[in-house]
Amino acid sequence: MKKKTYINGVGCISTQKTFDTVFLEEAAYNQNDTVLSIIKPDYKDFISPASSRRMAKGVKNGIVASALAMKDANTENVDMIISGTGMGCIEDSEKFLKNILDNNEEFLTPTSFIQSTHNTVGAQIALTLQCKGYNFTYVNGAISFESALLDAKMQIEEDEANTVLVGGIDENADYTLSLFKLAGFIKKEQDQPFNLLTETSPGVVYGEGASFFILENEKKENTYAEILDVEIINTLEENEVETQIVSFLKANQLQISDVDAVVLGFNGDATFDGYYKNLAENTFAQTPQLYYKHLSGEYNTASAFALWMASKIIKTQEIPEIVKVNQVEKPVYKTILLYNQYNGKNHSFTLLSK
Amino acid sequence: MKGVAITGMGILSSIGNSVEENFDSLRNEKLAITRIENITTVHADVIKVGEIKKTNQELIDELQLTADNNFSRTALIGTLAAKQAVENAGISSINEFRTGLISATSVGGMDMTEKHYYDYFTNPELIKYIGCHDGGDVAEKIANELGLKGMVTTISTACSSAANAIMLGARLIKNGKLDRVIVGGTDALAKFTINGFKTLMILSDGYNKPFDNNRKGLNLGEAAAFLVLESDEIVKKQNKKVLARVSGYGNANDAFHQTASSENGDGAFLAMKKAFEISGLKPSEIDYINVHGTATPNNDLSEGRAILRIYQDEKVPDFSSTKPFTGHTLAAAAAIEAVYSVLAIQNGIVYPNLNFETPMEEFDLQPQTTLKNKNIEHVLSNSFGFGGNCSTLIFSKD
Amino acid sequence: MEALKLELKNKIITTLNLEDIAIEDIADNDPLFGDGLGLDSIDALELIVILDKDYGIKLVDPKEGKVIFQSIESMAAYISANRTK
Repeated sequence: MKKKTYINGVGCISTQKTFDTVFLEEAAYNQNDTVLSIIKPDYKDFISPASSRRMAKGVKNGIVASALAMKDANTENVDMIISGTGMGCIEDSEKFLKNILDNNEEFLTPTSFIQSTHNTVGAQIALTLQCKGYNFTYVNGAISFESALLDAKMQIEEDEANTVLVGGIDENADYTLSLFKLAGFIKKEQDQPFNLLTETSPGVVYGEGASFFILENEKKENTYAEILDVEIINTLEENEVETQIVSFLKANQLQISDVDAVVLGFNGDATFDGYYKNLAENTFAQTPQLYYKHLSGEYNTASAFALWMASKIIKTQEIPEIVKVNQVEKPVYKTILLYNQYNGKNHSFTLLSK
Repeated sequence: MKGVAITGMGILSSIGNSVEENFDSLRNEKLAITRIENITTVHADVIKVGEIKKTNQELIDELQLTADNNFSRTALIGTLAAKQAVENAGISSINEFRTGLISATSVGGMDMTEKHYYDYFTNPELIKYIGCHDGGDVAEKIANELGLKGMVTTISTACSSAANAIMLGARLIKNGKLDRVIVGGTDALAKFTINGFKTLMILSDGYNKPFDNNRKGLNLGEAAAFLVLESDEIVKKQNKKVLARVSGYGNANDAFHQTASSENGDGAFLAMKKAFEISGLKPSEIDYINVHGTATPNNDLSEGRAILRIYQDEKVPDFSSTKPFTGHTLAAAAAIEAVYSVLAIQNGIVYPNLNFETPMEEFDLQPQTTLKNKNIEHVLSNSFGFGGNCSTLIFSKD
Repeated sequence: MEALKLELKNKIITTLNLEDIAIEDIADNDPLFGDGLGLDSIDALELIVILDKDYGIKLVDPKEGKVIFQSIESMAAYISANRTK
């Protein structure tokens, strides 16, 4: 009998107030900026100045989000740390690269190079917690976080771990953002105000954040939800998604009508939001539909914000008005499906249950 | 536990552009550590590297890519190695079974980013390369070239990345999530890494000498290697030739320092211990250890101590580092060394640890310095990375 | 010499981002590593770059730093004796 996986603690640093609050009651929909920045926690409450002096922004956010998740789960030790990040600590990568180019490879110092290594967040959390267990970092665009989640779930199923810290981290950096604007990945200022559900322009509103979760093999009083399944598929055509979802649900003895809410990754990119619109208008027309990237911004691990949100919904049985796509309601939110993709690639399906 | 079957391999490194060429170089002690040619750097006269002596254009031609492609060098060599592996495994229909790709890289498309960083705004033709910076883009391109549609992901844990990709692939098959997984890693040389390692003062100005008392650091290298792992069901159904098996694996964290290994090699010790647990093998059953052996003062001391802790009073088996041949190829290192481990099993060969002269004063451990022929049932391969990331793989004869 | 010591203290605080340390907190003979200021091997590499960039002294082997970076006193003495700029 495979062990079940429960979310027993969550911690989220995002472009909204997602710590020291109840649940998105202060959330604001910013329709004018093309890039959203995180609301910074007071780092000093979590990290001593002596240890934080060399830490990249992403490392600090990762440490705070993981500390929040651990506190929420009432746990002081974890067996494993598994993270996902699309770009890693890109600010330090920029810094080191600029130093190389500007100083003709002279007078370089190692700190920003070390911070630019993709696994630096997971590694520094391990250092902080003195956790000598398994420590993986996934870097694969929009499914970086789901890769970590799937790995964590497998570890629990294989009975290799009781408690796993899993999270997704990405940070904004100025020059990289300017390149993304140049390449058209980010929306143009002149196209604002943005309405992510009805956009006709290409590109996305960018964001950043760190969301961590404590996954355990035991159901507890403070359990948020059970993770039933996670699936990652690289390539799907728009018309293949429904079939994929049906077989994914079937593998978990469920069907479309069993889904009490579906969380869709609408990011306002008119070129690829068809993937979600199709589902919203047809497959899930009778299902409560939710979205979140208007709050979190789009980034490689934005889907970790979605998992945070879905976990909260299952626990509180409340859906904040601001995340609703339609007005369909259900008396109980027992099963939630999360679907995300970016540019028609890196599709992920995550299934949660009460 | 029999372990997960390896049915195909592909590799590009400084010592050869195919499995056969690599084996030939290893057997004939042909190392390939030279001055750097493909990258302009102020350190060109100081450092030596393990470089694949092919230009990007030559690689593009080999892959028959169109002129508007935006492949980074990391993706180019990765795709070539993955294609070799798939062909070697005799796979004609890639999506016939539930097939995944687990890639590994440390720098991803940094080679293009650093080349064009300030020119993007003035040269519109370069804009296509902005999207090829991140690690995931490399896997994306390999999957696309293979026509693979299923699960694709990438691991980046510095110099142990590919070991972790192999580990995940084996677990996905054991867990029944996938039937077939293409696993490995790729990293092209980049100014970014050369200067990064330079700032850490762990680059040798000569040839790297693993486990030598006078070792002065590592030579960087570039490489890509992929292996095909398949479930026993496929092996049986298609009567596949099994090259060797992944029988053990372990990952642990040293939790000691961001770049250095601990005095006693705690992480390394725990990783090896875990791999033995998974494989059900005893340390004495290992015939050859392909050590991480980067030839930095810190790594070899820490790794040596960890090995001694594993073997306690028992005799440490023949061991050698193959990094004097290829240089340290970072996220690809564990993948090329997996290929070398399989070749060691297939051919009954322990590779020589080149450049070794003086035993280390801290302990009584001497690598195998000449080519040795003997029956090899089990090989243990270590790979350790920054952030205390320690991984061990065990390969066994089918 | 006193001016050089002050300069070094300033540089160390800024370069190593020692927010909570003031110049007065560093005595000339305090150990910079371990029990004293608590610097580590990565800081040592940063200090090596300061020697190179600001005083024209190139260290090849990081081990040389051990003696030189014992304290502000030893660092200042080494720099005065070897500086090329």
